[in-house]
Amino acid sequence: MEMNITQDKKVNQNRKSKKDLLSALLFLSPTLVIFTTFILFPVLFSFYLSFQSWNMFSTQSTFIGLENYSRMFSSDEFWMVLKNTLIYTLGTIPLNMALSLIIAYVLNKKLKGKKFLRTAFFAPVVISPVAAAVIWRWLYDPNFGLLNYFIGLFGIKAINWLNDPTAAMFALIIMGVWKTLGVNMVLFSAGLQGIPESYYEAAQLDGAGRWAKFWHITIPMLSPTTFFIMIMSMIGSFQVFDIVYVLTSGGPLGSTKVLVFYIYEHAFKFFEMGYASAVSYFLFAILFIFTMLQVKYMRSKVLG
Amino acid sequence: MISEKNYTEEKRAKKAAKMIKLSTTVISHIAIYSLAIMTLAPFIWMILTSLKDMNDIYIYPPKLFPSKLHFENYQNSFEAAPFGRYYLNSLVVALSVTIGQLITCSMAAFAFARLKFKGRDILFYIFLGTMMVPYNVTMIPSFMVLYWLGWIDSFKALIVPGLASAFGTFLLRQFFITIPKELEEAAYIDGSSRFGVLRRIIIPLAKPALATLAIFTFMGTFNDFLWALVVVNSDEMRTVQLGLSIFRDRYLTQWDLLMAGSVTAVLPILIVFFFAQKYFIQGITLSGLKE
Repeated sequence: MEMNITQDKKVNQNRKSKKDLLSALLFLSPTLVIFTTFILFPVLFSFYLSFQSWNMFSTQSTFIGLENYSRMFSSDEFWMVLKNTLIYTLGTIPLNMALSLIIAYVLNKKLKGKKFLRTAFFAPVVISPVAAAVIWRWLYDPNFGLLNYFIGLFGIKAINWLNDPTAAMFALIIMGVWKTLGVNMVLFSAGLQGIPESYYEAAQLDGAGRWAKFWHITIPMLSPTTFFIMIMSMIGSFQVFDIVYVLTSGGPLGSTKVLVFYIYEHAFKFFEMGYASAVSYFLFAILFIFTMLQVKYMRSKVLG
Repeated sequence: MISEKNYTEEKRAKKAAKMIKLSTTVISHIAIYSLAIMTLAPFIWMILTSLKDMNDIYIYPPKLFPSKLHFENYQNSFEAAPFGRYYLNSLVVALSVTIGQLITCSMAAFAFARLKFKGRDILFYIFLGTMMVPYNVTMIPSFMVLYWLGWIDSFKALIVPGLASAFGTFLLRQFFITIPKELEEAAYIDGSSRFGVLRRIIIPLAKPALATLAIFTFMGTFNDFLWALVVVNSDEMRTVQLGLSIFRDRYLTQWDLLMAGSVTAVLPILIVFFFAQKYFIQGITLSGLKE
C-alpha cells in the first residue's frame, strides 16, 4: 500500500516535470529563435567573417587568414580612431564621475526642490542622442551660438567648436558628459543610500566634520559602486556613435572619428564586411576585458 | 566669572559653527541650482529657438525671447520633411517592440523562475552572457540575415530583431521569483494550465516590473538610431531619429526648422518621463545601461 503511494507520487512528479519541460520549450521558443538568429549566429558568423574578404554583394567570399587583422594593426587610420576613442573615454569619465558624485551627494542631503533637481539632471538621459546632437550643434554655432556668448561673458574668445580638430573633440566630450551625467547620478544615489546612517553617527560622535565624513566614510563605502560605474562608463564610451555621427560626422579631419563610426563606415559605406568584422571583434575583445574586470572585482568583494 | 566667560565663548563658537553650516548650505544650493539650469539650458534654448524667426535667431548678442511667437515653424518643418510619416513609423516600431518584448520576456522569465527542467540554470547563464555582447559585433551579420530574408527597408527589419531581450527576461525573472508560490498552487489544483497561471496570477502581480520594462524598451527603441540607419533606405521607412539626422544634413543652418524638428523628436519621451520618472530611474538602476 505504502509502496503504491510513493510510486504514485513518483509517477506524478515525472509527469509534472515532463509537462514542465514541454511548457518551458514552448515558453522559451520565441526568445530562443530571436537570440539564435540575431545574437548567437551573428557572434559566430562575425568571427568567421573576420578571416574573409567579402564585399557583401558578391556571392563569393575568400579566406584570407589574418590579413584583416594585420591590415587593421598596420593602418594609421585605425590607430588614430583608437586614440580618439581613448581620448573621448578619458575625457568624459573622470569629469562625469566627479560631477555626478557631487550632485548625488548633495541631493542625498536635505535640500529644497530635490525632485525638480533630479528631473533636471536626468532629462538629457532620456532624450534621443540625435535630437540632443542637433541642439548642441546650435549651441556650438561659432557666431550665434549660446556657448560662445556664455564664455564671452568671462572674456574668453569665441571658439570655432566644430571646425577646429582640438575643439571638436572637446565639444564632443562636453556634450557626452551632459548626456550621461544623469545615469551616474542615479547609480551613485543608489550607492549612497546603501551606506548605513549609523556610520555617520559614529563619526559624528568622534567629532568628524563634513569633509572627514565624506573622505573617510562615503568614498570608501562607495568604492564598489564607483568601480561599477567606471567599468560601465568605459563600455559605454567605447561604443559611442550616435552623437558623433550627428554632431561632427567624425570630422574635422577625422579628429572625432571613433571606433564604432569606423566600423560603420567600413561595413555600410565601403561594404568591407570582413574587415569591419575584424575591427568589431577587436572592440569586442576590449569590452570583454572590461566586463571580466567587473566580474572579478564583484567576486573578490563577495568572497572577501 | 570664569565659567560665564567660557559660557559666552562656547555660545560664540556654536554661533560661528551655525553660520558656517548655513553658508555652506547656501553655497551648495546656489551651486547645484546653477548646474541644474546649465543642464536644462539646451532644452530651454531649443524651445525658444523653435519659436523664433530668422531675424531673432541670427543676432548677436543672442536674444532670449522671440519678439513674436512663430508657431508656424512647426508646420514648416512638417512640410519640409514628412515628419508625420516618420512619427508613425517610430510609433509602430516602438510599440510593436515594446509589446512583443513584454510577451516574450514574461514567457521566458516564467520558464526560468518557475518551471523545472534539465539545463535550466546553464541556459539562464548563457542568457545572461548575451547581455555582454556589444551591439556592433552582432550588427553586421544581423544585417546580412535580414538581407537574405529580403527584409531590408521594412518594418520587419526594424521590429523583429528587438522582439526578445536578455535584460528584460532577467528583470522579470528577478521579480517573478519574489512572488509567493501558494497562489499558483491553488490555481494548479483548480486545473489551471501553466500559461493560465502566468496570465492570471503572475502578470497582474508583476505590473511594476512590467511597467519598468515597457518604458525602458519604448525609450530605447524610439531613440534608436544606428540600427535604423543600417537597415532603412527609403524615405517612407525612416524613423523620427533617422529623419531628423537627414533633416540636419539638408537644412544645415535653418535653426528654426531644426529646433522645431528636435522638439518634435524629444517630446513624447519627455512627456512619458515627467509622468513615470520612477520607472526610468528603476530601469537605470537595474541595468546601468547607457548610450
